[in-house]
Amino acid sequence: MPIDNGIRAFAITEQIDETPTIRTVHLDGSMHAQPGQFVMVWVPGKDEFPMSVSYPGELFGITYKVAGEGTRHLSVMKPGEKIGVRGPYGKGYSIEGESILAVAGGTGMAALAPMVDLAVASGASVDVVLGARTQSELLFRTRCERSGAAVHITTDDGSDGSKGLATDKARELLEAGDHDMMYTCGPERMIVGLLELSGTTGVPMQASLERYMKCGIGICDSCAIDGKHVCVDGPVFSHEVLSKLSDLGRTRLNPSGGRIPIE
Amino acid sequence: MTELEVDIAGIRMRNPTMLASGILNETGRSMVDIAKAGAGAVVTKSVGLEPREGHTNPCIVELECGLINAMGLPNPGIDAYLEEVAVAQGGGVPVIGSVFGGSEEEIAEVARRMASAGVAAVELNLSCPHAEGLGAEIGSTPDMVERICRAVKAGVEVPIFAKLTPNTSSIASLASAAEEGGADGIVAINTLKAMAICPELGRPILSNRFGGLSGKAVRAVGVRCVYEIFDAVTIPIIGVGGVTTSKDALEYIMAGATAVQMGTAIWSEGVGVFSDVCDGLAKFMKANDYGSVEEMKGIAHR
Repeated sequence: MPIDNGIRAFAITEQIDETPTIRTVHLDGSMHAQPGQFVMVWVPGKDEFPMSVSYPGELFGITYKVAGEGTRHLSVMKPGEKIGVRGPYGKGYSIEGESILAVAGGTGMAALAPMVDLAVASGASVDVVLGARTQSELLFRTRCERSGAAVHITTDDGSDGSKGLATDKARELLEAGDHDMMYTCGPERMIVGLLELSGTTGVPMQASLERYMKCGIGICDSCAIDGKHVCVDGPVFSHEVLSKLSDLGRTRLNPSGGRIPIE
Repeated sequence: MTELEVDIAGIRMRNPTMLASGILNETGRSMVDIAKAGAGAVVTKSVGLEPREGHTNPCIVELECGLINAMGLPNPGIDAYLEEVAVAQGGGVPVIGSVFGGSEEEIAEVARRMASAGVAAVELNLSCPHAEGLGAEIGSTPDMVERICRAVKAGVEVPIFAKLTPNTSSIASLASAAEEGGADGIVAINTLKAMAICPELGRPILSNRFGGLSGKAVRAVGVRCVYEIFDAVTIPIIGVGGVTTSKDALEYIMAGATAVQMGTAIWSEGVGVFSDVCDGLAKFMKANDYGSVEEMKGIAHR
């Protein structure tokens, strides 16, 4: 049940540049979130938006890319300034399997990193495919390597690792290995590609989806995808559910509730 | 007729529970799922003539006793939304189209287009407390309520229901005005104008500052409003505001409601709340020898 009007105020302790376009903001206070769960972040006077918890627990932090008025304002806030947070919300990753594959595209690694940390700590063997546009945009590469995961890099421009798509590297690893679960977060077209791979290789998967959100608590229908709600039924969905979502990779709702195609 | 069946202005419902406007009804598929979960009818999201994004987030505040929302009537516009209405109609229960507008002409036009989609009835949102120039801002005086109802009634064949605001000194006089204007039913109540402040940040939480309070906190106000309206009109009343259990529904019915709408209860209880309320009603009726919902309607007026 909610406390303190559902929203808690947190002071910013530190902002860290992870890549030229991605930052992590750490907050003064703890957030006990499961890997893959999200919080609604309120930048006072500007906006409120859903963000994965990239650092759960005492080090509470979220990792974001400047994408609008809210994140732009957040990016210039200084230590000591306060923001509001409600949550954690939604269903995160269910960690199962002894040999797992995590596939991240772009900022998707922000949602996956806590899962990788926990899976490695629990003794699983973890392969991470980390895909980005270019070398400087690879998120949490060092964090994953330090945790003990085997990190496989792909870049669109070939500036690091294999040139090409994260999906291609994932196919290679799935065909060569004995993975018993695949986890992913990133562009929806990548998720659609991995869902096909999950079907052909028989390796089950869990994917975190993203949709425009207003309430975050399962009532406004803004994040609906074929009757499922990303905020309460997700953001992490199993391949059984994903394979039944006809809107996956095709359409999403805009703030007015109109249907628009996914690029 | 089974014991839970009700008839409102000629609309036959398998039970007296309905999905309230504004909750899980932006998409047709979600409304179908609510019908499958046991609702007797579903009301759509309130739609206007043109697309509208609504207010900037935050637009919701969670309280222990309910929610405050200031969505600001987001909707894709009536023409685009009719696709969702068509999907909702596959749910097998009556679909009631909720409409809003800034003038009686505009509301009448949206209602006409909504009715053209074959909805069972049109609900007029004369009561949203958080959208400038819309909702309660044009539905707070008996004169406007009557004029709007008359304008809408002239253009549609299906029954029209007026959803009224409790943020007024006399909701009964608004209800009388709606009946005078030709409304076929009254829906009461919409949310109570409210506010929440975050002390650590020293500012209101909602971007719109004000919103509408719903949920358990408003039930007793809603029951009182329905009781007053029942004494003022002869047309059927649909009770809404904080219904979470069958006991809550019974209070509304005994105050004078023929049916009840639920919204915020989905947040606190999940979609199973529709069948839970119906099961509880059936049990109560059996234990107390009531043969129909109609028999219980308004009996508290003694």
